[in-house]
Amino acid sequence: MALIFDLAVQGVQMLLVLALAPLLTGFVRKVKARLTRRRGPSLIQPYRDLVRLLRKEVVLAENASWLFRVVPYVVFAATWVAAALVPTFAAGLIFSWSADLIAIIALLGSARFALALAGLDVGTSFGGIGSSREVMIASLAEPAMLMIVFTLALIAGSTQLSTIATFMATGDVGLRVSLGLALIALIMVAIAENARIPVDNPATHLELTMVHEAMVLEYSGRHLALIELSASLKLLLYLSLIGCVFAPFALAGPEAGLSAYALGAALYVLKLAAGGFLLAVFETSIAKMRVFRVPEFLGAALMLGLLGTLLLFVSRGL
Amino acid sequence: MPLTIALLCVPALLGTSLLALVVRRSPQGYRAVYGISLAVSLLGLFAALSQLLAGAEPSHTVLPLGLPWLGAHLRIDALAAWFLLIANLGGAAASLFALGYGAHEPAPQRVLPFYPAFLAGMTLVVLADDAFTFLLSWECMSLASWALVMAHHRERDNRHAGYVYLVMASFGTLTLLLAFGLLAGAQGGYAFETIRAAPPAPLFASLVLILALLGAGSKAGLVPLHVWLPLAHPAAPSHVSALMSGVMTKVAIYGFVRIVFDLAGAPAWWWSMLVLALAGVTTVMGVLYALMQSDLKRLLAYSTVENVGIVYLGLGLALAFKAQGMAWAAALAMTAALLHGLNHCVFKSLLFFGAGAVLHAAGERDMERLGGLIHRMPQTAFAFLVGCVAISALPPLNGFVSEWLTFQAVLLSPELQSWGLKLLVPGAGALLALSAALAAACFVRAFGVTFLGRARSPAAERAHETDRFSRAAMFACAAICLVVGILPGLFIDALAPAVAQLVGDRMPVQTVAGWQTIVPIVEGRSSYNGLLVFVFMTAAASLTAYAIHRVASDRVRRGPAWDCGFPDPSPATQYSATSFAQPIRRVFGTVVFRARERVEMPPPGSPAPARLSVSLQDLVWDGLYAPVAAGVGRAADRLNHLQFLTIRRYLSLVFVALVALLLVLAIWP
Repeated sequence: MALIFDLAVQGVQMLLVLALAPLLTGFVRKVKARLTRRRGPSLIQPYRDLVRLLRKEVVLAENASWLFRVVPYVVFAATWVAAALVPTFAAGLIFSWSADLIAIIALLGSARFALALAGLDVGTSFGGIGSSREVMIASLAEPAMLMIVFTLALIAGSTQLSTIATFMATGDVGLRVSLGLALIALIMVAIAENARIPVDNPATHLELTMVHEAMVLEYSGRHLALIELSASLKLLLYLSLIGCVFAPFALAGPEAGLSAYALGAALYVLKLAAGGFLLAVFETSIAKMRVFRVPEFLGAALMLGLLGTLLLFVSRGL
Repeated sequence: MPLTIALLCVPALLGTSLLALVVRRSPQGYRAVYGISLAVSLLGLFAALSQLLAGAEPSHTVLPLGLPWLGAHLRIDALAAWFLLIANLGGAAASLFALGYGAHEPAPQRVLPFYPAFLAGMTLVVLADDAFTFLLSWECMSLASWALVMAHHRERDNRHAGYVYLVMASFGTLTLLLAFGLLAGAQGGYAFETIRAAPPAPLFASLVLILALLGAGSKAGLVPLHVWLPLAHPAAPSHVSALMSGVMTKVAIYGFVRIVFDLAGAPAWWWSMLVLALAGVTTVMGVLYALMQSDLKRLLAYSTVENVGIVYLGLGLALAFKAQGMAWAAALAMTAALLHGLNHCVFKSLLFFGAGAVLHAAGERDMERLGGLIHRMPQTAFAFLVGCVAISALPPLNGFVSEWLTFQAVLLSPELQSWGLKLLVPGAGALLALSAALAAACFVRAFGVTFLGRARSPAAERAHETDRFSRAAMFACAAICLVVGILPGLFIDALAPAVAQLVGDRMPVQTVAGWQTIVPIVEGRSSYNGLLVFVFMTAAASLTAYAIHRVASDRVRRGPAWDCGFPDPSPATQYSATSFAQPIRRVFGTVVFRARERVEMPPPGSPAPARLSVSLQDLVWDGLYAPVAAGVGRAADRLNHLQFLTIRRYLSLVFVALVALLLVLAIWP
């Protein structure tokens, strides 16, 4: 019975992230529109877009290979599995031990690997420019992310995300320099990984500085729907990650009852809303940077992460 | 028993070499040679597995060969068995591939006799239990592989590669010779047993470490001793490239592990710093070099340099932990290093096979003239893709497991006492993370430019799928990549005796954790389950595909590429290998390679074309090797005078030399 309940909770988490991801994207868009004194599309517009795209036929380029058709499913599966492994409303779910934070980052890496290949598949110049810039950004963002993982793991004594979240919730962590550095670096990496301003612009087409959108330019129909959904899931994943590590309030424990889960879920939605709001404010208040300024931006994140790790190597108390 | 079987492989392989001399000109001769090599390699594989899985005690024997007062000491223990497994797995895969690929060899008489001898040399290095046998088989391995590198010696580049390889191999053997001299001591006890019983004094042991690092490191390809590797490995026929990259570098690592962990006694605290620093530099430099190459096989060779760096990083951590007496942590680092050795052997062999298939199918290994091969060679493309994912350390394949273990070992290092290591290890960890991300970029580029997009040359357009033996070899390697990736616990447990023998402890038993989860230390600390991740991903992807096709839409229409409304019919407008690497070249290359881009724009009105030229500088070659080569050249010029002296002067030189020698003898205590 307990096993079935545990499985059900894990299932709820998987469906919850999937259901909430487009809403979060819609919310960020709405807030951005409001901040620029526009009315903006409705909150559920992303759902409508997804449904419309799913129903449309796929237009494939003449020389697209099987890889091009498989990649959307791979990207979606990898991102979904990764997002389902990050604690949202509860920590210590039944499958949480199957992949630690390093593996979650690597799963996102798999998704990016597949998408970058798809960008090259049709053999167009836009796809190539997107892929080549994406891997350049990833080549700095991924090590920066790993350094953040190192910092967190050294503080919590574990790379298991559930254990880290539970440890952070206990409150005997206190204020630490390394944690502050990790938070700043994590926000920078999250912005870059989700192709947000100032690194990339999720709302552009036909602009030479776009990265992610250039890579997926040839996609249409259900394939595009899956890729858009994966992008929303990834944004949700990073906000959940920041939430569960740096604001682990009311995170339900492994043996919690239904009320604890409900409280956790309610606060989780609030955390997402707060994160989305801050992201929208940040995006409207800053200009996009040139693509070759991005390495400096991410290099700073890498150095902050490394500094955090070094501090912990020098003294466990910092 | 395993030792006897493994030893029987050596004469069998040498006999095959002789057979190859007989059949070298017959059109079907290659089938006999590679077929026998395959059978013998499988036999060796069986021997290695039976030693490893049975957890048998080490067994040794002395054959009355070699030096009369020494004999040939041979021994198989868990460490030797693990590397015997790697050597024979790589050997079997390469032989299977060559059963098909060998048909395209233009000069079989230059390949067939040396191929089995190369395999025999590598097997014997692993089994050797005295310095003489070790060095003899090491040289056999070096010379046989040199002959294979020179198989196509009419090409100028290959001759240069062979020359550089020969010089570096001699240098490596010389340093190993000196290392064994120091290990044996004044009494000259060259059997490993004698050395183990009386390890050298700390000062000598440190010298041995440095010499082993130079000797085995130059064979394995540690920066800055790697220069021969990216020249020599691609020059050989592709199945031999696979053996050199996949297996010979591992045999070199075996030499290092055997000398440093087994023979040189207790490590000093600073040894690991030296190893870690070199390893960190090697990983990042290797992959950055690889990113700048447009020759597919050379790219793979540079990526070997990177992976050797990852293995050495694990070894360095193991040394650090061992020196501090943290045997349990050393076991984790050592397991990571040895497992990565096996993983790299498998996926690098696979990738070289793929490169060989491409080279034969399109007659081209320059990526700038390939492209679109996924349509012409779908099966090769799939296998190559598996190799690319595995080498980029992405879950759920095997490369991720060993890098994950290495990261877990890095995370244990704050418990080290020495301050130097406290500062160095996070840096090494950051370099490892950087190299992992860059490797993914490198293999997106390798696969994307070679197999995806549109064909960049008529030859690539006419390419065809490769033969069935080659495909079998590639798919076998791909299957191993998946199996090690989803069931890593089995391999970690198989490694345990070897690790325990080297560092005095082992990782916890993995197969008890259920569901094939791997747990490096304790469950609350970290765990990874490749099987579940694989199942989750496959289930999520296939269920989504099924649901969407059932409920939403499954219609497909083919049309011209969109490309923002401006598609260009010329394949030259695609991203090329060079342009794909341009952002990374600008970020990292300006420092590491002094990369410079120069744009020559003609004045307005002039019909001359505009030009963009990129220059890269190999600082290791220019800073280290070129001065040495120039110095040798200058010295040779000076000494050249000695060839044109009169007979009187020669006689007086002889006389002076004689007097000087006698004086030395008289003064010598």
